[in-house]
Amino acid sequence: MEVGTKEPLYETVIMAGFGGQGLMFIGKLLAYSAMKTGKHVTWIPSYGPEMRGGTANCTIVISDEEIGSPVITSPKALIIMNNPSLEAFEPRLQSQGRLFLNSSLITRQPTRSDIEVITIPANDIAVEVGEKRTANMVMLGAYISSVNVVSKQNLLEGLKEFFAKKTQFLQVNTTAFERGFTHSKH
Amino acid sequence: MEKRFMTGNEAIAEAAIQAGCKHFFGYPITPQSEIPEYMSKRLPEIGGVYLQAESEVAAINMLFGAAGAGGRVMTSSSSPGISLMQEGISYLAGAELPCVIVNIMRGGPGLGGIQPSQSDYFQATKGGGHGDYHLLVLAPHTVQEAVSLTMEAFYLADKYRNPVMVLGDGYLGQMMEPVKFEKATTHGELPTKEWILTGAKDRPPRVIKSLYLDPEALEKHNLRINRKIHEMIKSEVRVETYLVEDAEIVIAAFGTVARIAKTAIKALREKGVKVGLVRPITVFPFPYKTFEEITERVGKVLVVEMNLGQMLEDVRLGVCGKAEIRFYGRTGGMVPTYDEIAIEVEKFARERR
Repeated sequence: MEVGTKEPLYETVIMAGFGGQGLMFIGKLLAYSAMKTGKHVTWIPSYGPEMRGGTANCTIVISDEEIGSPVITSPKALIIMNNPSLEAFEPRLQSQGRLFLNSSLITRQPTRSDIEVITIPANDIAVEVGEKRTANMVMLGAYISSVNVVSKQNLLEGLKEFFAKKTQFLQVNTTAFERGFTHSKH
Repeated sequence: MEKRFMTGNEAIAEAAIQAGCKHFFGYPITPQSEIPEYMSKRLPEIGGVYLQAESEVAAINMLFGAAGAGGRVMTSSSSPGISLMQEGISYLAGAELPCVIVNIMRGGPGLGGIQPSQSDYFQATKGGGHGDYHLLVLAPHTVQEAVSLTMEAFYLADKYRNPVMVLGDGYLGQMMEPVKFEKATTHGELPTKEWILTGAKDRPPRVIKSLYLDPEALEKHNLRINRKIHEMIKSEVRVETYLVEDAEIVIAAFGTVARIAKTAIKALREKGVKVGLVRPITVFPFPYKTFEEITERVGKVLVVEMNLGQMLEDVRLGVCGKAEIRFYGRTGGMVPTYDEIAIEVEKFARERR
């Protein structure tokens, strides 16, 4: 594609799962990393009386242009970490959209055939890398390798900043991210 | 300048601090509790005072005292809490005390819910408390704008010696966006506060009150406040118009709804529908003139709000019968989507006079 004819970037993703699975975190990390590369970004959480174990989701918009609505009816991608979230959000994915499924926890099959489904056994991979709480990073790795909204390098730089005060967790999160990133390639 | 990535609530709190706010009194309530939380951390660091009051009624009266002593003061709450403050807000207006009140609206009436809403529009713009007064009300639609308008709010409060409200909703408070903290360069010099209570040693005592038992004196006092209100109407109206030049239909919306409308407009424009937006930034004073002017050439105005038709009444006053008006509102914490707004616009566009 020639320079100048490129469509402006406009990426939308909803991330959903149990509270405590770290979806708000990876959503913020993604938006922050994109901001660092000069993009317009919005991050909006579901906020409610939910807590750990309840359901939680956030919506991220990344764009070359000023962002209107931070709330997205039909996102281009979904990162789904549990069964109830699959049920709630699958119908809303855009046609030809990408559905990133945590197959370690999701037992049912997606019902739509007009979407691309990428399954990642995120919890299993997280256990393999030695920290079961990094399933979120595995999912984010898979998302980034498939949706080029920020480079892997930019994302990892963002991660470093997020863990600036908890450096002991940086390595394992980076490894989890890398595993998700390469998993999605196969 | 480095961009920071913050929630609307945090950004409002930081903006207040950078505008010189040293005193915050409040009481937590969703969806704005991050404002007091942030203030409780930051104010002690800069030698300020954060005080969690026993109730919103207490908080607003603490604001009265601290404003009377000359400080830049703020409180924040959400709808039911703001209702509790109304008596105090009326007193602050009556006593001509500058302060900033942030309302991150949630669904009502009553305790309602905790999801975003704009149903305190009447309360914010038409009085809320008793007596002849108005707040100056600023309605940001992005986190960046929440920052600039919060800084502005302190300046305007001092300029007019009048309470100023920053009116947002749960989404504005909860969402994160990149922000820069830049001081406004447009603010003029403010007069020294020669009315504040600092101890009357070596000078005649001053009195700050809203009580005037002599009706003649109270009328005079109210007329003076009213002259300030008229000065605001003359000088402080702020409005954004978006793609209105060739528009055949305009959406009127403020705050979060306005930015959702922008996405709808983009999609509609791609389909060839000539639609634009009028976004009041000050909802009091209201940009009546913009509506007067726009309806010289636009025949249709769609008002969209997260309530059942409040700003609608001001739009009607501005349009003054010169254009068709339709209303689309969601309530109770439901947020209109851009798809819904687009459908309403297309439906309206097809209607014949």
